[in-house]
Amino acid sequence: MAQATAKSSSDLNKTILTILNKYSIYFILALLVIIMTFLSPAFLKPMNLINIVRQITLIAIVGFGVTMIIITTGIDLSSGSVIAVAGIVASHFAHPDEYPLIVPILMGLLVGLIAGSINGFFVAFIKLPAFIATLGMMLSFRGVAYILSGGHPITNFTSEFDFIGSGRWLGLPVMIYVLLGAGVLSYIILRHTKTGKCIYAIGGNQQAAVVSGINVKKNLMFVYSYAGMMSAVSGILLASRLSSGQPTAGLTYEMDAISGAVIGGTSLAGGIGSIQGTIIGALIIGVLNNGMDLMHINAYYQQVTKGVIIVLAVILDRARNK
Amino acid sequence: MQDQYILEMVDISKSFPGVKALDKAGIKVRKGTVHALMGENGAGKSTLMKILGGLQPADSGKIILNGKEVSFASPRESLDHKIAMIHQELTSIPHMTVAENIYLGREPITANFWVKEKELNDRTEKLLSELEIKVSPKQKMVDLSIAQMQLIEIAKAISYESEIIIMDEPTSAITEREVEHLYKMIRSLTAKGVAIIYISHKLNEIFDIADEVTVLRDGQYVDNKSTKDLTRKDIVTMMVGRELNQLFPKVEADIGETILEVKNLSREGKFKNVSFELKKGEILGFAGLMGAGRTEVMETIFGLYPAQSGEVFIKGEKVNIKTPADAKKHGFALITEDRKLTGLFLPHSVKDNIIAASLDKFIVAGIFMNEKNINGICEDQKKLLRIKTPTIEQKVKNLSGGNQQKVLLSKWLLTDADIIILDEPTRGIDVGAKSEIHALMGELVKTGKSVIMISSELPEVMGMSDRIIVMHEGKVTGIVNRKEATQDLIMSFATGIQST
Repeated sequence: MAQATAKSSSDLNKTILTILNKYSIYFILALLVIIMTFLSPAFLKPMNLINIVRQITLIAIVGFGVTMIIITTGIDLSSGSVIAVAGIVASHFAHPDEYPLIVPILMGLLVGLIAGSINGFFVAFIKLPAFIATLGMMLSFRGVAYILSGGHPITNFTSEFDFIGSGRWLGLPVMIYVLLGAGVLSYIILRHTKTGKCIYAIGGNQQAAVVSGINVKKNLMFVYSYAGMMSAVSGILLASRLSSGQPTAGLTYEMDAISGAVIGGTSLAGGIGSIQGTIIGALIIGVLNNGMDLMHINAYYQQVTKGVIIVLAVILDRARNK
Repeated sequence: MQDQYILEMVDISKSFPGVKALDKAGIKVRKGTVHALMGENGAGKSTLMKILGGLQPADSGKIILNGKEVSFASPRESLDHKIAMIHQELTSIPHMTVAENIYLGREPITANFWVKEKELNDRTEKLLSELEIKVSPKQKMVDLSIAQMQLIEIAKAISYESEIIIMDEPTSAITEREVEHLYKMIRSLTAKGVAIIYISHKLNEIFDIADEVTVLRDGQYVDNKSTKDLTRKDIVTMMVGRELNQLFPKVEADIGETILEVKNLSREGKFKNVSFELKKGEILGFAGLMGAGRTEVMETIFGLYPAQSGEVFIKGEKVNIKTPADAKKHGFALITEDRKLTGLFLPHSVKDNIIAASLDKFIVAGIFMNEKNINGICEDQKKLLRIKTPTIEQKVKNLSGGNQQKVLLSKWLLTDADIIILDEPTRGIDVGAKSEIHALMGELVKTGKSVIMISSELPEVMGMSDRIIVMHEGKVTGIVNRKEATQDLIMSFATGIQST
C-alpha cells in the first residue's frame, strides 16, 4: 500500500517537474505579474497593461524575425539600424497631399527587404559569420540613416500615417493589432509550413539538412529577408508613433529583441525556439521595466536588471535542455 | 591461475529521468585477463563503465578495487586509482600534437611551469616505438587518419600505466590490419598483469581476444562465462533474450538490368577513375581499408562534392547531379557514415527527423504542413522498423545508437528512393538491431530497390553482398562475385597487393 503511494507520488513529482520545465517562462511571467501587483497597485490597471503591451510591441515584432534567425544558429545585429532607415524612408513618402498611405508602407518594407537580403546573401552565399555580416549592416545602415535624413528628424505626416502608430481601434492601440498580425504570421510560418521545418532543420544540424536535400541557401535568404522586413515594420510604426523619422531611432533595439528571444527559450546553439516563447520573453522584459517605472526606480537600474535577467535566462535554458 | 578479482562492481543501480539505466548490475574482473562486456545498445554497458571511470556517480551499489571499497567523484580520481578509459568517441585536441595530446594535463614541467618540450617528445617517441605505432610525436592530431587517431588514444591509455584499462569499441574506426596490432598490444599488457575490460559488438573480436564475457540486458546482469565455454549463438541469446537466427540472412532476390553506371569518376586527391555498375535488386558491397575513398565516391555521386571528371548514368541516361536535391530527384538516398554528425537532427523529435527529407510529401494548400498525415505516417514507420521510443515526439538524442540508425533509415525510406546508399549502416550498433537492419536491406531488394553498402566489417560485406567492389587508396582494385569471395581475396585487393 505504502509502496503504491510512494510510486505514484514520485510519478507525480516527475510530471510536475516536466511541466515546470516546459512552461517555465510562463510561470516566471505569472510570478512577476503577481510580484508587481503586490508592489504597486497601479500595475493591474487596464491602462497600464495596455501600456506594457504597447511598449514591447516594437521589440517583439523585431523579435519574431530574430527568433527565426537564431534558430538557424545565426544572429542579427542590424535590426536597430534598419528600423531607423525604414522609418526615415517611409517618412519621406508620408507628407500630406503627396502619396496614398500604401506608398510609405511599401517603401519602408522595401528597405527592410533590401537590408535583410544583403545580410542573407553574405551569410548564405559568401558564408560570412552572421555576427560579422549583420554587424557591418548595423554600422553602415546607421550611417545611411544620417545621410538620408540630413542628420535631422523628418516630420509632417498625413493623419493616416500618424494613425498607424498613435491611433486606436476598438479601444486598443493599432500597434497591438500589427503585433498580433505579425505574431500570427510568424507563428504559422515557423510551425505549420515547410519553410518552418527547414529552418529548424538547418539549426538542428546544418550538415544533415544539406544531406537531406534541403536548400539551405534559399531558406537562409528567406530568414534574413523576413527579419529585415519585420524590422522595417517596427521602423514604420516607430516613426508614426514619434511623428518623426529619426536617424537615432531604434538604437539598442536589436539587443532587446535578442534578449526577448533568448529569455523566451530560443537557444543560441540553434534548432530550438518559438514565436510564443519570444512574446513571453518580451513580456517578461516589459513587465519588469514597467514595474520598475511604477516604483520610480532609476532607469539605470533597469538597465542593470535587463543584463542580469538575460544571463539568468540562458543559465535556466541550459539546465532545461540538458 | 589468479582467483583474485582486481575489480568487483556489485549491485550497481543508476537512474536518469524517466529511465532506469542500471538495475543491480555488476561485473567481476580478474587480473591479467581480457574481460568482454556485452549487451545490446541501451543494456547499460556504457553507463556502468562511466561510473567506473568517474564520469557519473552510481545511485547505489559497491565498487571494490583490490579488496577495498572505493568511489570516484571525477575522472581524475578514477585515473589516480589506476583505471584508464578509452572512449568510443575520439576525444583528442585536433590542432595539438600527438605528444601534447598523450600527456595532456601531466606534461613534464620545470619548477617554473615551463613545459619541457624535448622530454615530452622523447617520452612519446619511446611509448610509440614500444607499441610499434608508426607516428611521429610532433604530428598534429588533425593530420592523422582516424585509424591512427584511435591508436594514439589507445597509446594514451596505456601510458597511464594503469592496472585496468577500459576499451569502449576500440576497433570502431580501424580496420583488420590495425586490429591485429591492437591484439598484440593487449596481449603484452595482460602478460604484465593488466586487466582489460573490452566493450565491443563484434563477436569475432570477443572470441579472438577475450577470456571471459559478462552480458548485460536491459540494465541487469545476465551472466558471466569463459569464452571457451560459449558459442556465438549463446552470447547472442544472452544479449537478446531470445534465439536469433543467422546473423546475415541473405535473401535471394531477382537481379535485373543495370540501373546505375559510374564511368571514370575522379575527384582531386580523393579517388581516380572509379567505374562500376549497379543492377536492379542487387546489394553491391564496397570493401576496403580506412581511407580507401569509398565514402568520398558516394558523397560525390550524391552531389555533396563536385567531381573533376567522369559520368554517371541512370537507366542508361546521363545525369548531372550537383546537389543532394538533384540526387534525390534521381532516386538516390544516402545514409551517411556518421549519423550524429551528418545524419540526424539530435535536438529534434523522432517525427521531425523522419520527415526531414520528404517535406514536400506533406504539403497542403501550397505551403502548409499536414500535421495529421505526418503523425500517422511516422507512427507507421515506428512500427515498421520497430523503433524503440516511448513516442515519436521523443528527442532523437535520447535514443540508443541502433534506434537512431533506424530513424535515419526511416527518413530515407520515406523518400521512396530506388538506389539506397548505406555507409557503414551497422557501425556501433548492437546485434539485435544489426540483424533487423540486414533483414530490412533484404526486403528492400526484394521489392526491386537497389542497395550500395559500404562496410569495413568483412563478414558483413561477404554475407550481405551479391557483388563486392574493393577499393584501395582511391582506386577500384577488384570486383568480386559473392561465390568467389574469400576474406583473403578481398583483403589482398584492399591492401593493394592485388589489382585487376
